[in-house]
Amino acid sequence: MPPPTRGFLGRRQRDPRLPPGQYDVGTDWPVLTAEPTPRIAPETWSVTVDGRVEAPTTWTWDEAHRLPRSEYRGDIHCVTTWSKFGTWFAGVSVDTLLEAARPTAEAQFVMATSKTGYTTNLPLADVTGGKAWLVWEFDGKPLPIEHGGPVRLLVPHLYFWKSAKWISKLTLMARDQPGFWEQNGYHDRGDPWRQQRYQGD
Amino acid sequence: MVTAANRGWRTATVSGVRRPIARAVQLRLDVHDRVDHLPGQHYVVRLTAPDGYTAQRSYSVASAPGDPLVELFVERLDDGEVSTHLADVVERGDELEVRGPIGGWFVWDQVSPALLVAGGSGVVPFVSMLRTARALGRTDLLRIAVSARTREELPYADELEEAGALVVLTREANGIRPAGRLTAADLVPLWEPGQTAYVCGSSGFAEAAGQFLVELGVDPAAIRVERFGPSGGPA
Repeated sequence: MPPPTRGFLGRRQRDPRLPPGQYDVGTDWPVLTAEPTPRIAPETWSVTVDGRVEAPTTWTWDEAHRLPRSEYRGDIHCVTTWSKFGTWFAGVSVDTLLEAARPTAEAQFVMATSKTGYTTNLPLADVTGGKAWLVWEFDGKPLPIEHGGPVRLLVPHLYFWKSAKWISKLTLMARDQPGFWEQNGYHDRGDPWRQQRYQGD
Repeated sequence: MVTAANRGWRTATVSGVRRPIARAVQLRLDVHDRVDHLPGQHYVVRLTAPDGYTAQRSYSVASAPGDPLVELFVERLDDGEVSTHLADVVERGDELEVRGPIGGWFVWDQVSPALLVAGGSGVVPFVSMLRTARALGRTDLLRIAVSARTREELPYADELEEAGALVVLTREANGIRPAGRLTAADLVPLWEPGQTAYVCGSSGFAEAAGQFLVELGVDPAAIRVERFGPSGGPA
C-alpha cells in the first residue's frame, strides 16, 4: 500500500461496485475519443468478421437487426477513472456473429477496427461466452454518434477503450497484436478489477 | 513508444504552488528518477487515504522536457475529488505519487508543422509544445488558436499572446473582436497543408473544433483530439 497523502481522506462512501481507483460518474456519460467524430448513416454501415475464420461474413444494418436481439444491463468502466452504473445496451451478441463466421482452431485473438481506423485488440476468450456485443441502442434509444453510433462494440468487463466505437470489423488472429491505445502505452487486456491501465500493470 | 508508465509509480516533491487564475492551481513538481516527457504527454497523480483508498486523475504537462521540474496545471472542479485536494490542500514540500509520462498519441514530434486548437484548460499541453518550440528556436512550426470565457480565465494567457496565438473569448470582447465562439473561419488563416492538427478541450469544444477542421478539408487522419471533463449534456 502506498503511503497516505497528507490531508487526503477520500470519499466517505465506498461503493462495492466500483473497481479500485474508479469514481461514480452518475448520470453523465463522458465522451473520449482521439479523433474527430465520423458521420455514419445506418444505411451505409456494415460490419465484417474476417481473418482466421472459415466463412468471412459481412452484415448490413438491416441484416444485423434480423439477428437475435441481445442486451447488456450493468456497469461500464473507463480507464480515465469514471465508472457508470446500471447501463442498458441492446444489439447482438458477438457469439452470434462468430457462430456464422466460424473461427478456425488457430484463432486466439481479435482486432476490432472502427470506421475511423481506430483499433483495439482483445483475447478471443474476452469476446465469447456472452461477454461482448455489437450495440446500437442505449436506454432504449439509438446509440448517439458521439458514443459510437450507429453501432459500437461493447465489452463491459474490460476498460471501455476496448469497446471500439463506430465498429466496422472484427478480425480473428492467431497471434496478438497491439491496437491503437495498446501501442500508446496502455495495457493489452485492460481488466478494471486488476487495474490493468498501462503497460506493465 | 516512449512511455514511462510501465516503470510504475514514483514520488514527486512539490517545489512550487501557484494560483495564477481563479479555480486552478499550477504545481511545479520535482519528480524523482524522472524520464523526460514529450510535449503533449500527461502524468497521473494518485492520492491515498489513511485507509488505503486511492483516487487518481490525469493532468497534462505544461513544462518543456528540458525544464528541471514538471509543471502541471490543474483546473479545480467543485465536485472533483483530486483537483480540490491539489488546489486547496497541497503545499510546497508535500510529496505526491505520480506516474508518467503517459500517452504516445497526443504528442508533438518537434519537427513537423502543427495547428493547435484549445478550449479553456485544454491549452496546457500546447504550452508544453510552445515552450519546447521556443527552446528549439522553432516557434514558426506552431499556429495556435485558443478559446476561453474571459481573458482572466485563460490559463497562460500572457505566454500564449506573446506567441501570437489567436485568442477567442466567448463572454467578452477581445480588442476589436466581439464576444463569441471560435468559428471555422477563425481557423482558415492558421491552417496550412502538411500540418497535424491538435484539438484539446471539453467534449463540446473538441467536437465543434474537430468538425470545423474537417469542414475546412483537413484529413481526419491528421487531426488528433484530446477531450476531458463531463459530456456537457444529459447522458
